[in-house]
Amino acid sequence: MTLWFAIPVSLLLVGGSLFALIAALGVLRLPDVYTRMHAASKAGTVASGLLLLATGLGSQEPAILVRAVAGFIFFILTAPVSAHLLARAAHLAGVRLDKVSTRDDYRRDQVD
Amino acid sequence: MTAGDVILHWATMFALVALPVAFVMTVLRAVLGPTLADRVVALDMLVAIAIGFIAVIALKTGYHLYIDIAIALGLVGFLATVAFARFIQTTAGKVKAGTPKPSVTKKGKINRKTVTGRKGK
Repeated sequence: MTLWFAIPVSLLLVGGSLFALIAALGVLRLPDVYTRMHAASKAGTVASGLLLLATGLGSQEPAILVRAVAGFIFFILTAPVSAHLLARAAHLAGVRLDKVSTRDDYRRDQVD
Repeated sequence: MTAGDVILHWATMFALVALPVAFVMTVLRAVLGPTLADRVVALDMLVAIAIGFIAVIALKTGYHLYIDIAIALGLVGFLATVAFARFIQTTAGKVKAGTPKPSVTKKGKINRKTVTGRKGK
């Protein structure tokens, strides 16, 4: 593979892997369901999308690239839908936000 | 081996190391919970990482048919997440994850701290 073709493919690969790593770190370390969902649905989608684009570019065939782009678009379309459904279901099921996720400065001034 | 091949090789190696690390971290969240919604979020993330991994393998081996498998896996993952969301919503607080029967207290009241991890009244 020529150098000027390998560089963007490598950048997409490394970028996608870093996005996956950061998303997994968010899923592991963030305090409640809603913040974890924010990490998984945004960074996670971009991670798999960038890796798909890397494969599409690296194949050097237009048919594969179009399929990879179609897959990326499909993930971009479905990720918000599933995240919204899951967040709504969790909220209806009574899963609370963590203390650090809510900020209520007015309440702090009140006498408990 | 040209310079482009070397760069691509090391980028692929980085991806093949970083993705399993991310996978293990997400599995930890799926095991730890604490609520069913947390586990479903982790499952969604696992599917995303698996798609990325399949894409990297497709690039490394040259079997570009793997792309179609990745897209199919994305479709299945989406449907699984939607189904789990409906399940959480319809059984809100009634069924504990992994147990078939709802836990019922004395007066026939349903114990609400099961799915949500939230203390009952």
